[in-house]
Amino acid sequence: MLTLERVVLQQDDFRLTADWQVAAGERVALIGPSGAGKSTLLMALAGFLAPAQGHVLWQGRDLAGVSAGDRPLTILFQDQNLFPHLTLAQNLGLGLSPTLRLTPAQGAQIETTLNQVGLKGLAARKPGQLSGGQQGRAALARALLRARPVLLLDEPFAALGPALKAEMLDLLDEVATVTGAAVLMVTHDPSDAKRFAGKTVLVADGVAQAPVVTAELFANPPQALKEYLG
Amino acid sequence: MASRAVEISPAFGLSLAIAALILGSAAMVAARAESFALAAQDWQALRFTVLQASLSAATSSLLAIPVARALFRRRFPWRGMLIRLLAAPFVLPVVVAVMGLLTVFGRGGPVNGALAWLGLPEVSIFGLHGVVLANVFFNMPLATRMLLHGWQSIPVERFRLAQSLGLPPSAQFRHLEAPMLRAQLPGIFAVILLICLASFAIALMLGGGPKASTLELAIYQSLRFEFDLGRAALLAAVQFALCAAITLAALGLTLPQGFGAGLGRRMAIAAPTGWRRGADGLAIAAAALFLFTPLLAVVSKGLPGLAALPNGLWPAVLRSVLVAVVSALLATSAALILAVGAARGKIRVIELAAMLPLAASSLVLGTGLFLMVRPFVTPETLALPITVLVNATLTLPYLFRLLLPEARQLEADYGRLTASLGLPRRTILRFVTLPRLARPLGYGAGLAAALSMGDLGVIALFAGDGGATLPLFVQHLIGAYRLQQAAAASLILVAISFALFWAFDRLGSHYADA
Repeated sequence: MLTLERVVLQQDDFRLTADWQVAAGERVALIGPSGAGKSTLLMALAGFLAPAQGHVLWQGRDLAGVSAGDRPLTILFQDQNLFPHLTLAQNLGLGLSPTLRLTPAQGAQIETTLNQVGLKGLAARKPGQLSGGQQGRAALARALLRARPVLLLDEPFAALGPALKAEMLDLLDEVATVTGAAVLMVTHDPSDAKRFAGKTVLVADGVAQAPVVTAELFANPPQALKEYLG
Repeated sequence: MASRAVEISPAFGLSLAIAALILGSAAMVAARAESFALAAQDWQALRFTVLQASLSAATSSLLAIPVARALFRRRFPWRGMLIRLLAAPFVLPVVVAVMGLLTVFGRGGPVNGALAWLGLPEVSIFGLHGVVLANVFFNMPLATRMLLHGWQSIPVERFRLAQSLGLPPSAQFRHLEAPMLRAQLPGIFAVILLICLASFAIALMLGGGPKASTLELAIYQSLRFEFDLGRAALLAAVQFALCAAITLAALGLTLPQGFGAGLGRRMAIAAPTGWRRGADGLAIAAAALFLFTPLLAVVSKGLPGLAALPNGLWPAVLRSVLVAVVSALLATSAALILAVGAARGKIRVIELAAMLPLAASSLVLGTGLFLMVRPFVTPETLALPITVLVNATLTLPYLFRLLLPEARQLEADYGRLTASLGLPRRTILRFVTLPRLARPLGYGAGLAAALSMGDLGVIALFAGDGGATLPLFVQHLIGAYRLQQAAAASLILVAISFALFWAFDRLGSHYADA
């Protein structure tokens, strides 16, 4: 259970509050106008921004002071998810061993995971030699290897075309199922939320609302969502 | 965040060490100075130092204006090569340049030959004008590159607008170029002034007697020949105060960037024709002649001498290469630690510490260290380690300025990713920082190695008999008027300097292929 307990985020005159929970294995989309604070909320969960007030808890344990790498989560950023000078195998290896001292078993595990996400035979390639979709797959493959109980996504597939993005969401679905991770995904596309997420958080007017069932939210949108959808 | 506070600690510790070294040396010399009353000859040295530095900085900056402007608006074959070569004097060993200037402007050289033919009196290269000439030789190219950068920073659209409005060249100058010059020239003047205030090697070889002695030279003479520690300490304190004051004053100015001056391929504005075209050509030709004739003179004089190299040359080569490589590695590592630390946190202390060596000079640090180690060991035995330390410290600000933007970019691109993956510091260094910064690190190490290879400063203070580095060895040959051997040894010095630069730079690009 990921708990946001009366969390207040503050940066200059920006302010966002959140007070809700996400159960293990749940899939939640974060939607709302740009500048509302969707990404900022993810950064706070990932440990890059300390809440001004309130607490973020995982299984009842306060995450304040826990460094980004030690939190029970994996985050996919909008870009720069892979080191361009390292091979795919090395980029994935960092998910298993932060010192990149890999055992043969781990090497095999990387190989298997690459096959699983459709990157068979590309272990020695560098990210620059891959397409955007393949880079997204590689980042998801590392999330698979890390197998943390929470997966945060900050619109990592926003730059992909509709067909590719659909593929990515299917792969994400697979990864989340295999790892049993709770997923929080920022998106600005309502169809992403409908397709992938059982619940949706509306972020608008300084508040990240508690997650509600996605279908119900869009069937009966509140004023802020109506304005966003236009 | 707690982990960040731990991560910046090496950079913070190193900042304290640098501050301790520099301020410690300054405190050491101030404490050892017996009285703060300057003797007449000390005043003379102070006046000469300020006079030659001001004249050199003013001449270099003013002469650079027409050259930079001509290079900016004209296109001609070899232009790119010429702009690149303008960076060479920065790493050219001082003894080599002096050697070349002596050949061209000295007694029996082509300049005096031409004067004699015209029936004019001979000019001597020794004294004030020789020192200024050599300083201009080194710093005019630097000023030209900085100004060229300034010209290139004026938006092309503005030139197009001016031309579409039909503004004549004089109005263009007033509205576009003059504001840029007003913004850039004070900083350029300050940078060159600082460099020239610390003139030691040039004054040592071209200064003449007590009337043309800089403070640095006076420190050397009182420590090395008069064994007057009190006077050396006093002069060092004055030198430090002078440079520190100028550095502080310059902090308020926008300091120009010089090393990255591009070739400006995008520029496509029509340059004025007529007499201005001729004037631009003349400026470029004169600058090229002034810069390359002395170098060609060294080559032509030195080549025959390669057949009979003087004794003791190779041990000096070995010592110099050792000093250059070790101090390059030291300076580059220190600059990397500081740049990464400064990029990560917002701690001004690190940046200040990295720029602090600008206020120090070779002989001030040397005197401070001399006073520190003398109670325990014979200073001579530490000549090479101290030279390594001083060279590394003095090149640090340049390397730091080179690495900082790259380190900031790296932090912006991958800081969060490395943190979210929880990578330990050693992994980040090995798999992220070193590969991503390999190119600037290689270039910086090359720069540091070449500067250290050609340095003639603190080693002159410490070297015993048979302990000379190559530049000191060349200076001894020049002092003994064995000019052909000096030219030959100079050639070897230049070759090794550029080979070291090339090797480090290559090494960096080799590891950078992403």
